[in-house]
Parts: sequence; structure tokens; C-alpha cells
Amino acid sequence: MTRTSAPVDAPGTGAWEGLVTTALLGTARRTPPGTAPGSDAPVALLDAAALETVRRRAGLRPARAAERPRPAPEDPRPPLPPAAARRLAMLLADRPGGSGGGRRGTAPDLMELLPQWLAAANARGFAPPPQVLPALLDAARGRTDLRPAALEFAGPRALWLARLNPDWRFALRSTPGGGAALPHLEDDDRTQQLWQEGLFAERVALLSALRDREPAAARSLLETTWATERAEDRLMFLDSLRTGLGPDDEPFLEQALADRSRNVRATAAELLSALPGSALAARMAVRAEACVAIDHTQSAGTGRDTRTSPDPHAAPTIVVEAPHECDAGMERDGVVAKAPAGRGERSWWFGQLVEAAPLGTWSRRLGGRTPREIVALPVADDWQGELHAAWCRAAVRQRNAEWSRALLGEPSAPEAGGPGAVSLAERAKLLGTLGAAERAEWVAGFIATHGLSEAFQLLGVCAVPWAPPLGRAVVDALNIARDAGSYPWSFSGVMGLAERCLDPSESGRLDALLAVPDEPENASPGAGGYWAEAFQRLVTTLRLRAAMVEEMGPAQN
Amino acid sequence: MTQQGVRWTADQVLALAPDAASRKAGSKLGAAGPWSEAGSSDEGTVWGLCKGSGSKPYQTIVDIADASGPAYKCSCPSRKFPCKHALGLLLLWAGGDGAVPAGEAPEWAGQWIAGRRQRAEEKKAGESPGSSSASADPEAARRRAERRAERVTAGAVELEQRLADLLRSGLASAEQSGYGLWEETAARMVDAQAQGLAARVRELGAIPSTGPGWPVRLLEQCALLHLLGQGWLRRERLPDGLAATVRSRIGLPASADGPPVRDRWLVLAQYDTTDPRLTTRRIWLHGAESHRTVLLLSYGAAGRAPELALPVGLTLEAEVSAYPGAGQPRVALGEQFAPPAPAAIRPPGLTTSQAAARYGDALRDDPWLESIPVTLERVVPVPDGDSWQLADADEDAALPLTPAARSRPGLWRLVALSGGAPVRVFGECGHQGFTPLTAWPEGAGDAVALC
Repeated sequence: MTRTSAPVDAPGTGAWEGLVTTALLGTARRTPPGTAPGSDAPVALLDAAALETVRRRAGLRPARAAERPRPAPEDPRPPLPPAAARRLAMLLADRPGGSGGGRRGTAPDLMELLPQWLAAANARGFAPPPQVLPALLDAARGRTDLRPAALEFAGPRALWLARLNPDWRFALRSTPGGGAALPHLEDDDRTQQLWQEGLFAERVALLSALRDREPAAARSLLETTWATERAEDRLMFLDSLRTGLGPDDEPFLEQALADRSRNVRATAAELLSALPGSALAARMAVRAEACVAIDHTQSAGTGRDTRTSPDPHAAPTIVVEAPHECDAGMERDGVVAKAPAGRGERSWWFGQLVEAAPLGTWSRRLGGRTPREIVALPVADDWQGELHAAWCRAAVRQRNAEWSRALLGEPSAPEAGGPGAVSLAERAKLLGTLGAAERAEWVAGFIATHGLSEAFQLLGVCAVPWAPPLGRAVVDALNIARDAGSYPWSFSGVMGLAERCLDPSESGRLDALLAVPDEPENASPGAGGYWAEAFQRLVTTLRLRAAMVEEMGPAQN
Repeated sequence: MTQQGVRWTADQVLALAPDAASRKAGSKLGAAGPWSEAGSSDEGTVWGLCKGSGSKPYQTIVDIADASGPAYKCSCPSRKFPCKHALGLLLLWAGGDGAVPAGEAPEWAGQWIAGRRQRAEEKKAGESPGSSSASADPEAARRRAERRAERVTAGAVELEQRLADLLRSGLASAEQSGYGLWEETAARMVDAQAQGLAARVRELGAIPSTGPGWPVRLLEQCALLHLLGQGWLRRERLPDGLAATVRSRIGLPASADGPPVRDRWLVLAQYDTTDPRLTTRRIWLHGAESHRTVLLLSYGAAGRAPELALPVGLTLEAEVSAYPGAGQPRVALGEQFAPPAPAAIRPPGLTTSQAAARYGDALRDDPWLESIPVTLERVVPVPDGDSWQLADADEDAALPLTPAARSRPGLWRLVALSGGAPVRVFGECGHQGFTPLTAWPEGAGDAVALC
């Protein structure tokens, strides 16, 4: 290959600049180099410029290479099967926005399936095709709930990418240690060094990782610098002790009760109260017990006739005497003295005492009764709401299934659907303390009795895919709702959940619902068609989910 | 040949979509739910009934056997082409999970296919005795061409005059005069039937607003326009190849009368550019045996996708014929001998220095060339300040990316694919830098479209 011109250092550079200057000013004001002034000057300038332009282009040479990024770390996971990779591309292509708010028709909402797809891929330990990472990161950027699963699946190369694109910074923030590899936790020196010198996020990550493995070592590490940490940091570090909380942590937490920061004190008290054997729990138990007693003489108060029972012992009633003051000891143990606006001080203090007292206290205090019997006791003077709500919070905090069961009651009980002593939000939290099967069973019973209108929150805490009895209950309830003649969008929340959570093997049971039914009298016009459409979408989505999982092959383990 | 073995990928199907909305709508229909009686035949036909909002399902048929790209028929009222049902059906077929079994076409599909096949046969039969209708009167055609050449000459003279005026008063004055002057000149070039000149003139109008360094770019474009005008006015004295290049750059019609070249053509890239009047689709092909890289151009009305669609990564056994002009990559697709099928061919690659040198050489045949198609081997995308470059893995040399390529999402797919390791990249290399269009990983792996 012959080169007639050298681009940069040749005399051409100066010549070209001269041409540009002349062209800017105009040949009327300035004569181009090497030509005579006059009417031909512009043409001569253009001739020379054309020659220079082509010469400059023909002589272009590559530039020096900039500093290369370090190669992305290897992803040792096996690649996705091709069909699953195609599915992922399809799910990611279905970005939200655009025609938002339109009727959904019978087509599945692909973006909503992404969380499940990611969970399935993560369970099998597949690595993504690298070219989908940008779309995956963009999706995770828009939806914070997707981030943990998306980033786990995306793997080390996504963090490598995120360092190059500011749009994806969130990936560095939400990944422990900002993507920097944590030292081997056995390596004491490096652990100490990172703890002493690391960024806040790195230190939190280190502490949580260590706490996961060796709770005591994590606590000791925290103790080395506890006195010098800032209040906000102390709060975050203290919070990481929630994992693996045990009786050994009590001395440290007890000392944190005297912390300068009120939030740190409150968190320490909360953690201690979750340890039923702690001194704080015992102090709280003493205080709470002083407020609650059984009265065998008093009637149960308004509206309830307990005197019909012949047995004098069958009418015991709980009486509540709320504390009269919030003393320094209570405040030190985490009781907040100032009540929120609109709440009586005494009932506010009382609620906090009961919430922090170990639930085991009550059987002892209330005549050896079981939780179920205790919950069934009438409560005098309208204290029932306050007392039961506090027990609910205690059951959730202490993860006490027996008390949760007692407080939830029978799902078919009439007050379970209405505004009873225990609200739906509290029920959802109580359900969280039960095993998955028991939870599903209870919600199924609830739906069978009360229908779907109140069930959304409860369904949200059930394990996915829904257990068979729960799936059946939801489908039956949807069927009943359809027959009642209302529009399907009154149930769009439950429908959406069903699309994501119903076991795909249930789709066969739905076939009968796909047809457009005869419109019953007093039904909303056209509802039948919309229901058929909604059920079609449900079935399509279920089939798609089944295909999604099948493409990935069997799960490990 | 059997179609069952060569199902397309979802990406390849989605590349057929006329716009993003269709892509989305099509993806949603790419699941078994709304489909019934779907099937495919060994001749390369896919059909199915899609349940829509009405009571009667839509009848959708796609013929993928046709060499010039798939043909679609759907009973839906959509004006999108292909419609979402056709895309959904192809996705379902591409998914390959048994939702589209092989079988006999039902009557409603069979009729249309038979009709198509028959028309194709007739067309072939009609063409073979020599295309008789076109050149019925060679004398009249010659006179028409002469009249047109006179008009173009008049236009070129006028343009030269305007350029001379501009240079006399100085480019600084162009900044104030703005678009109006150029739009008017462009309109005069359209009157002179010199579309190529008109398009270049229109671009001149935008240059003063392109930021620092605009005088250099404006002078370059004026000079090249002057070169083109001079080329036309002195075309008799140019070598044949260069004269043909000038004619095609001016915008005179030409027919692809080069000798047909049969090869296995790998589809390297397909992308659309739109302006207010026209959608232009460029498809780069690479011949497995001839090692030629050629360009198929097709056009659609504004906002509509051109009909020809060849998904990246497929190979078609076909003949192409070149358009006239030295150094011109444009060809027309001739006879196809087999439907497009996936293949593991990759084009051989160059270093960045070789690529830059090749562009310089290509300017000899066509000094107006903005860029040439090039495959780079073992290059790494490297961030360089606000920009990016493709650096040789084994040498200290790099080509910068063009400003347009920096802001495309394809850049990040390329960076992700590379992960800091060398990749093979096909793209357009020119004086503004490199525009990556398709990439292959160093190891095994399919082509990844970047545009």
C-alpha cells in the first residue's frame, strides 16, 4: 500500500489552515495562498480545498489507544439455555410506559414476569448473555424491587459495566461493598483494615457478612469502634445485629440503652425485647404485668352478657390499669414518653409495655391459660383493642407462631373480614410468622368465607406459587365474582397477583372459564366478555410461566 | 431443504418489526395463548389463527421461503406491515416449543400461498425472454436522458456560481444567512433533477449550527460539492468508473447491470435511517467465498418500514448484481436459491491501521465516500474521556467512535459483550470515526446486532 501523503506533519496542515481562514473571511477580503486575486479566486480556493479535504481524509491514521479498562472478572456460572436467553430478551423488550393505562386485552404483562424469571434463573445459577446486561440494568434502574434479583443474575460483569456508565451507579450502591470483593472473613488483618478504613457501604457489607457467619465476631468488631462512630452509623450498624440475634448480644445492647442518640436507644430496646430472656424483657414483663389482671367479679362491660353462664369461674374478665407515669427507668428501656397527637398518654405507654414484654409472661400471669384462651377472654372498659394490638406487635416482633395463631383466630369467623380487633395489616404481619402451608391454608379459608375484596393484602404474604388449596380458593372466588355480574377490573389487583402467583399447573382448571358466558340478568353490560378476556390472559400468563421454567431445565438440588 | 431445522431467533423476528410499538405488541402475541390451529410447512410457510378483540379470529400467514424477505398476510385491519399478529406468529414459531407443529396448510392459508407461488413462477417466466417492456423505444430513452443531462448541467453551473459567491463573501456570512439560502438552492437542484446535489446542499445549511469547528466542516463540504459539480461538468474526460460514480452521486438513476455474483451472503447488519420524506434501509452483506461486502438499499415512505428485511446472522444463497460506479458497494438482490438460514460464518477482520488505510484507498475511487464497511478483528471498546474508541488488542492504535455511535444503546451492548476482552466488530469506518453495527465475541457465539 503506497502512501503519497503524510497527514499530520506535512506542509499540508498549514496550507489547510490558511484555506479555512481565507474561506471564513472571503476571497474578496483576502487572497488565497498561491493564487492570483480576482474573479477566479473563489474557484481556485475551492479547488485547493477539495484537494486538501480528500488528502486529509485519505491520510487519516488511527489514534493512540487510551488506557484500557481492566477486563471484567470471569463469570463462572454456566450460560443460559438458548430458549431461556430468547425468553429473557423478549421479557426485557416489553418495557413499561408508552401505552400506559390502556386496556390490557388478553396478552400477558411480560415485565411483571421478569421477577419470577430472574428468581428461577438465580435458583439454577445461570449466567446471562453479556449483551442483555444493558437492558437488564436499565430495567433494574427503573424498578427498585427488581434490583436484588436482577443484580444477582447480572453478576460481576454488570458491576464492571456500572463503573463505566453513571446511569447504572445504583448497581454499585446496592451491591455490598460497592462491588469490591469483600476480604476473606478468615483474614483478620484485612477485615480489620476494611473496617477501619472502608467506606460506610463497605463497612455495613462487611459487618452483615460477618454477622451472617460468626455473630459474636461481628459484635466484637463493632465494639472496637463503637464509641467513635457517628450516631447515624451507629444506628445502621446496630440494625445489622438483627441477624443472628442471641442472648450473647445482651450486654452490648444493654450498654447501648444508655446511648446519646435516642434512635439508637430505641433500636437497642427493641432488639432486647425480642430476646425473651433478657433483663430488659424481664423488666418490661414486670411493668406490663402490673397493668393487667384477671377480675372474676366484674362483668365484661358493654354489650356482653356474661352472667348467663352458671359457673362463676366462666366469667373472668381482663382488667387493665394503664401506667400513671413514664418514669426514667421506662424511658431508659426504650419507652417513648411523648404520645403522638390524638392518643392518650397512658394508653400509649401501656401499648409499649405490652409490646416489649415477653409473651410467655401472660400464661403465667393469667392463670396458666393458653394463648387462645387468653385472647378469648373479655376485656373490661374498651381496652380490648389496645391490648390485642399490642399483643399482635409482640407476636410479630418475637416471631411467636402460637400467639399469632391465637390472635388471627379462625379465618371463617365473622369478624375476620370486618374491622375487628385485629386489622388486615396486622393479620398480614401475623401470617408472616406462620409456616408457608399454614399461611396459605388460613388465607384460603378467609377467601372462602369473605371473598376477594379484602384479600389482596393477605395474598401478598403468601408463598409463590400458591399452594393448591389457596389457588383453588382464589379461582373459585373469581368465578363467584364473575357470576355476581360485576366487572373484572374491580378485581384487577387480585387478577394481577393470580397471574404471577397461581401455580401454572392450575391452568387446566381454568379452561371452563375462558368462554364468554350468557349474560345473566342485572349483570353489568359486557362484563362476560371482559371476564373471558381476563381469564384468557390469566391462562396465557400461566402457560408462559410454565414454559419459562421449563426452558431453564430442572432446578439444582 | 427443511424449514424445521432453521428456525429464526426472536431477535431476528423482532428485527422485522416496523417500529418499537409493533415490536412490543408482537412480543406479547408470541405466546401460545391467543393462537389456535397454528402450523408450518416444509416449504417455509407459517400460519395460525389469532384471537383478537372481535368474535372471529384473525387469519395470519407468513411466507418465509421468499428470498426477498418474508411475505405476510393477515385478515386484521392494521396498516402496520408486518402487523403484530404476523410478528407474534413468527415469534411463536421461533420459540420452537411445539406450538407451531409441522403440517398441511389449511385451505385459507393454502390458497394464498399457491397464488404467491404461481405469481412468482409467472414473473420468472415473464422475465426470461428478455425484459421487453422497458426499452421499447431506445431512441426516445436516449433523448430523455440527454434532456435530463442538460438540466443537471444547468443546475451544476448554477451551484458552482453560488459556491463561488459564498467563498467570495466568506463562510462567516453563511452563519447569518441560515437555512433559507440553502433550502432555496436545494430546491433549485431538485428542479434540475439532481437529487444528489440537492441533498448535499441541504446538509450545508445545517453545518453552521453544529458547534465548534463548523467552518472546517463547511469548507470541506463546499469543496466536495464543488468537486462533484466539476466532476459532472467534465465527466467526458473522467475514466469510466469514476464517471459512473459521479453520475450516481449526482443522483441520476442507474440500473444494477453488473454481472451477477452468486455466493453465500451473510447478513452483517440492517438499519434504517429516516428523514421527513423517506425511510432508507441499509443491509450489509458479506460473501463467504467472494469476500466482498455489498450493500442492499431499500426505501419506504416516511414512517413505514421498507419491505426487504433480512435478519442479522442469517445467510442466503443468492445472486447479486452491482450498480455502476467505481468503489460503489451497492448491489441489487437477484435470484435466491434457498431461504435465509442461520450460519456460523464470520467475516475476516483487519486491524485498525489496516482499516484506516483501506478507507484512504477507497477515496481514490470515490473521493466523496463518507465511510467504508470494515470488520475489525481483536479490538476492545475503550472509554476515552467523554467518548469511546475501538483499540487494537495487540497494538497501540485505536479508532474513535463517531459522535452518533456514542449515544446509541448499541454501544453498551458492545461494551457488555466485550467486558474488556477483544471482540470482532463490523461497522462503517470513515473520516468521522467508526460506527459499530454488529459484533461477535472472541469465542463461540452468535452475532450481536448493535444498531
